[in-house]
Amino acid sequence: MNQIRLSSRWLIGIIGILVTTVIFIIPFVFVFTMAAKDEKAAASLRFSWPENFRLWQNVADVFASRNHMLIRAFVNSGILTVCSVALMVVLGAMVAFVLDRRRSKLNPLVNGLILAGLIIPPAVVPTIWVMQTLGLFKTLVGLILIEVSYGLSFTILIMRAFVHTIPREIDEAAVVDGAGPLRLFFRVILPLLRSVIVTVIVVQSIFVFNDFQNPLYFLPGDANATVQLTLYNFQSQQRSSYNLLFTDILIITLPMLILYIFFQKQIVAGMTSGSVKG
Amino acid sequence: MSLYKTGRRVLVVGCLAGTLALTACSGGGSGNATSSGTTGGSAAAQTITYLVDNSENAVNQTQALIAAFHTAHPEITVQMETRAQGTDGDNIVKTKLATGEMEDVFAYNSGSLFTALDPAKNLVDLTGEAYMANLTDSFKTAVTTGGKVYGVPSGTSDGGGILYNKKIYEQLGLKVPKTWDEFMANCQKIKDAGIAPVIQTYGDTWTSQLFVLADFYNISQQDAKWAENYTANKAKYADEPALTSFKRLQAVYDAGYLNKDFASATNSQGLQQLVDGTGAHYPMLTWVVGTYVALNPDAANYIGFFAQPGDDAAKNGLTAWVSGGVYIPTTTTGDKLAAAKTFLGWLATPAACEASAAALAPTGPYNVKGCSVPADSPQAVLDLQQYFTDGNVGVALEFLSPLKGPNLEKITVEVGSGMTPAAAGAAAYDEDVKKQAQQLALPGW
Amino acid sequence: MSVGTDLRRANSRVGRASHPGANFAKHAYPLWFYLPAGIIFLTLFIVPTVLSFYFAFTRWTLFDSWFIGFDNFVQFFREPSLIGSLTHTLVYGVLTSGLKVVLGMLLAVALTGPVIARGYLRSVTFFPVLLSSVGVGITFKVLLDPYHGVVNGVWSAVFGGDGPGWLTDPKLALYSVIGIDVWKGLGLATLIYIAGIMAIPAEYFEAARVDGAGFWKIFRTIILPLSFPATSTVIVLSLIGGLRSFDLIWTTTSGGPGWASDVIASVIYKQYQAGFYGLSTAGNVVLFIVVTAIVYPLSRWLNKREAEL
Repeated sequence: MNQIRLSSRWLIGIIGILVTTVIFIIPFVFVFTMAAKDEKAAASLRFSWPENFRLWQNVADVFASRNHMLIRAFVNSGILTVCSVALMVVLGAMVAFVLDRRRSKLNPLVNGLILAGLIIPPAVVPTIWVMQTLGLFKTLVGLILIEVSYGLSFTILIMRAFVHTIPREIDEAAVVDGAGPLRLFFRVILPLLRSVIVTVIVVQSIFVFNDFQNPLYFLPGDANATVQLTLYNFQSQQRSSYNLLFTDILIITLPMLILYIFFQKQIVAGMTSGSVKG
Repeated sequence: MSLYKTGRRVLVVGCLAGTLALTACSGGGSGNATSSGTTGGSAAAQTITYLVDNSENAVNQTQALIAAFHTAHPEITVQMETRAQGTDGDNIVKTKLATGEMEDVFAYNSGSLFTALDPAKNLVDLTGEAYMANLTDSFKTAVTTGGKVYGVPSGTSDGGGILYNKKIYEQLGLKVPKTWDEFMANCQKIKDAGIAPVIQTYGDTWTSQLFVLADFYNISQQDAKWAENYTANKAKYADEPALTSFKRLQAVYDAGYLNKDFASATNSQGLQQLVDGTGAHYPMLTWVVGTYVALNPDAANYIGFFAQPGDDAAKNGLTAWVSGGVYIPTTTTGDKLAAAKTFLGWLATPAACEASAAALAPTGPYNVKGCSVPADSPQAVLDLQQYFTDGNVGVALEFLSPLKGPNLEKITVEVGSGMTPAAAGAAAYDEDVKKQAQQLALPGW
Repeated sequence: MSVGTDLRRANSRVGRASHPGANFAKHAYPLWFYLPAGIIFLTLFIVPTVLSFYFAFTRWTLFDSWFIGFDNFVQFFREPSLIGSLTHTLVYGVLTSGLKVVLGMLLAVALTGPVIARGYLRSVTFFPVLLSSVGVGITFKVLLDPYHGVVNGVWSAVFGGDGPGWLTDPKLALYSVIGIDVWKGLGLATLIYIAGIMAIPAEYFEAARVDGAGFWKIFRTIILPLSFPATSTVIVLSLIGGLRSFDLIWTTTSGGPGWASDVIASVIYKQYQAGFYGLSTAGNVVLFIVVTAIVYPLSRWLNKREAEL
């Protein structure tokens, strides 16, 4: 029995490593090699080690292009991602918490709105009108709030399932100890949601950071560019500089990669502490 | 754990506070901008914004233009902004106009796309400006609706036709074809020599339309009123003479004349094939000249250009694409409007042509009187210029009619790769155009 | 953290004992918690959406609009590509979400079980989720290029001859995009499943092992039913995502060649691009109805089953 388990453990692992390497790692390596080529070599689209390795030169070119637009874009995307995700997590958790705990006549309506938020594609022009009325159009704040409103549904959906796993006895104990609703929520519930919060942070950061269309419409102007929009700089109707395009893809993927590597331990730790080991 | 929590709280509070502060800033933002604009001393000092598309060519050309303009008019500062190209760009321009967020000056296509901007409502009428006299009539027609002129040219006019590799023509002893039959005969000889006669690049779908659009000169030679009737719902692509354009697109596919990677190749790959001589003809617009010259400087000499031939050698001529325009939206007012008009007036002078030519070699004739194409231009541009000199030129349909169906490039991909027969494709395009006509509320639809 | 986990375990064994009274709920779970999220959501999402529904009944140039009743809907259903795009949308939604459910579940089981290099495998499968659709689209367009791409390079070396036109053959294009979508989204489905499986109390597994249950039995009687909330989340999210899918299709094929991989969302976008704003908004309404008609009953049914378990 033990032997079988041991060998299957290796067998599955090795097959897994082989398959995932081919399917997931090779495209990444491909992007990397393209990013290190010169323009002519990259245009052939071949998968080969760059003869003339010029990754650093390409990186410098990408950063320098269009008056260092990429740096501004990183700042904008950073603020946008951090703020909108933070708001999403707190506001979404508040809704998820009450929605799970309290049976009220509002629940069907709230559920309907959540579903609507997932299903209905946003209408660009009327949204701009509303934002103009509020003085939010062309502001980073406006875009932050847009991302929050588009991301709330998903956040609430994911969080509610986890709120459900927290026993109500905890709430009761806290209230007996004299906690008001704010304290109950921020001091007791929110910390218990830690693992799902990590998940939401990772997933929503990826959504917001990689978002392309909303910044395009709601935050126009070169000074306001976000990272995804910089891809436009290297791709045009006439000519694509594949080496710089892929260098840009590589650069703008790194922050999310780092975020994931940083949080991955938390996800795993947060999850394994609660359940099965090995 | 507690550190983590505190960090999070700081973050959220920071974001909320920051959000409020930024809202406050953005509220007062516009006021700040105007006050700093006037601190220059002279009351005329103005900063205006200028929106162009973000292609490398447009950006380089615009930077050169702005630099030259600053020398001529130091009291005005022009600040470039960019937008996406293609249909994404169309939407951005329309959205900006509809929401009153357009820059002070912007560059955009002339012809049917310009008409769709509802110029009477959104653009400043320039008919009375003195510099209008400097512009060619063919350009003014393309930026006129309801008898009013709204723009000045942003670049050169271009030709739509066939780029060809002159080395292959010399090797095989071929002559530039004056009729479609001669063209197909040439193609057969090229195919027999083991070279792809016609390069098509449906990976960039817009390139698939050329055989249809560049054939328009031939249609108008057979029926001078065709464009007018087409706009009035009286002429159709499904009927002759226009159906021939779709048939020609199908014919080159049926004859097996295309490069083998036509379905996925991109514009730049197509140009590479033309330059390398693995393909002989490429139906294209001349604005790609700079791109292939960058691939191989020598190509400037051995890539030529001819108009898409029709049935009658005596009526051979060129379908031309008129330069895009530079416009002022009605949201630009007061001192900024005056500055914007000064800028447009300068753009309509030979000085602007020179500044622009220094950054981007012209790919066709300028629309400003007194500007000319340099004699050392690439061969294809000189070939193109010859048609203008001889006067065998008509503009493309999109500059004569506001109707251009949005799905043409999908339909031409289908017809051009044998998925749909020519007649069915032409009929589908007529249907497509109908929607456009209804959207524009044209009479007769 | 550990206190919470212990209580959670205790709770799952004891079951929910008593429901607190209404007064307690009013005090501990105030409805104003809905307000901050609600205000943002209503102003920036619901209000514009309601406004836009009006324009579905107009011919709209952005500068001007006039009421034309149901003409847009009639026109939309006359679009030559529409019947095709409806089918494509369903195929896309069902296939992507089905594949993500099945593969995600299998991967999650493998990655929560005893395997070597577990951390590595988890990270690697999640990695594509980090990429932007635009980046993925550009990369795969290059990889799948029929003559110059890496994939067909390998194809030619192994099978000889030219490989298929993954994104340019009208019969293949849609399925290739589905494949890319699964490639990109599988990591998220797997993550949700891993979380779901890990939330199953260890006692169940221990008890099953004491009973001498084999892998299949554990899978069928414990993992499958108890990770049901995860399954329903994956189904609903990926189905909605699939039915609304746009970015990836747009950056790889733009719905082409011709209309071979068009879905409703890309048809809508094309109408929008072409400046048919009323028509495009009507398309939005159609898409909304299609997605609701499929997802709403499904999610109710899933919720009910979840409650039963």
